Amino acid sequence: MIAIIDYGMGNIRAFANVYKKLDIPITIARNEADLADATKIILPGVGAFDHAMGKLNQSGMRPKLEELVIEKKTPVIGICVGMQMLAKSSDEGQLPGLGWIDATVKKFDITKIHSTTRLPHMGWNDVTPLQPLNHLFDGLEKEAKFYFLHSYYFACNQPADDIAEADYGGPFSCAVNHQNIFGVQFHPEKSHQYGVKLLENFSKL
Amino acid sequence: MLRPRIIPCLLVKNKGLVKTVNFDHPKYVGDPINAVRIFNEKQTDELMVLEIDASAEKREPDYKMIEHWASECRMPLSYGGGIKNIDQALRIFSLGVEKVALSSAAIENPKLISEIATQVGSQSVVVVLDVKKKLFGGYEVHTYNGKKHTGKNPVDLAKQFEDLGAGEIVINSIDHDGVMKGYDLALIEKVRKAITLPLTVLGGAGSLKDIGELIKKFGVIGAAAGSLFVFKGVYKAVLINYPNPEEKDILIRNNQQA
Repeated sequence: MIAIIDYGMGNIRAFANVYKKLDIPITIARNEADLADATKIILPGVGAFDHAMGKLNQSGMRPKLEELVIEKKTPVIGICVGMQMLAKSSDEGQLPGLGWIDATVKKFDITKIHSTTRLPHMGWNDVTPLQPLNHLFDGLEKEAKFYFLHSYYFACNQPADDIAEADYGGPFSCAVNHQNIFGVQFHPEKSHQYGVKLLENFSKL
Repeated sequence: MLRPRIIPCLLVKNKGLVKTVNFDHPKYVGDPINAVRIFNEKQTDELMVLEIDASAEKREPDYKMIEHWASECRMPLSYGGGIKNIDQALRIFSLGVEKVALSSAAIENPKLISEIATQVGSQSVVVVLDVKKKLFGGYEVHTYNGKKHTGKNPVDLAKQFEDLGAGEIVINSIDHDGVMKGYDLALIEKVRKAITLPLTVLGGAGSLKDIGELIKKFGVIGAAAGSLFVFKGVYKAVLINYPNPEEKDILIRNNQQA
């Protein structure tokens, strides 16, 4: 069963609705016990890095999550700030990240953004999956547009972890995968059919 | 390529969807949830919902309604109306809204912007400025559905709010609201030059051509509209509508800046 982590941040219902429409069972996890049957994990996120990390740390779910993800290799996907939390640290905050992926989160360099609008990077942007195609992007090779809402980006230390890029003042990594750990910077739960497809792909991994 | 955003703005009063003209004469146009569902089907870029009677009646946002909208909404949602403090804002985020829109509260207590931005991140804090032309030239920001003068200039406020950590400014023209004869491009230009934040403009769009003009002039911008997406034809029959993905692509391509 796919467990959606509810630690008070992020759009839990939107994910639940997408999976309901796809007829894929989910559970909303608010404590360790709720994670008992988790075979996949979604870590959503909206908000500032420290606030989100603090909330997750307080949720009491972190030890069980680490057991599932690190020891049992349960597939997990972090969304937006949930993705950034997978990194070791963020320019946006002081708290350490989960450190599940060898990466840091950096602020976009606004001098490279040649538009009257700089930050946040807000709106629909093209996503280019890299080769070899990760199964998360099955069916999304030709056209994929997703909704972004962020000012910081995920900078992988291992280039092989980068699985898709978007362009905002230069290419940046908008989707990552390391072993069983996935992250996407955009909001698939709010990206119409492209997001539905990606979430369906995640359920099949 | 980052695209301009085309955003229906839904006004809610007494739990019903309404549309105003010059911030007055609210006309009932239907059920908001039904509208959200139709905009889902039409693959709308983003949705803005403003509860116009919350602040005016000094009441709390209608959390139950917000939760219902957020769970139905398959596109990003901004909510505004009645938010006066950080606890209310956090509660609204927990219901699944991507962005909260402040208006009178931000003008009366600008620190609120930084307080909310620190916890939820700037990207999720929107400030809506309701702007009216002054009798003898220039513009002034109003609050409480246009009823209260603030004596403040929209350009100064937009700059101040950018510095305080807002993530998006919405300029809503009271003079152009519901008139459907085009945006106030002069006003938009003044604000656009002053800030680098994402700017969304509302008030006056009467056709996709008006949106095209906006994109041609300003590039990546949020083009919001109320009447355009809830009325059809010269007699303004109520009909929820939105350009389909092909029409939208053509509109953006034909007006793209070099």
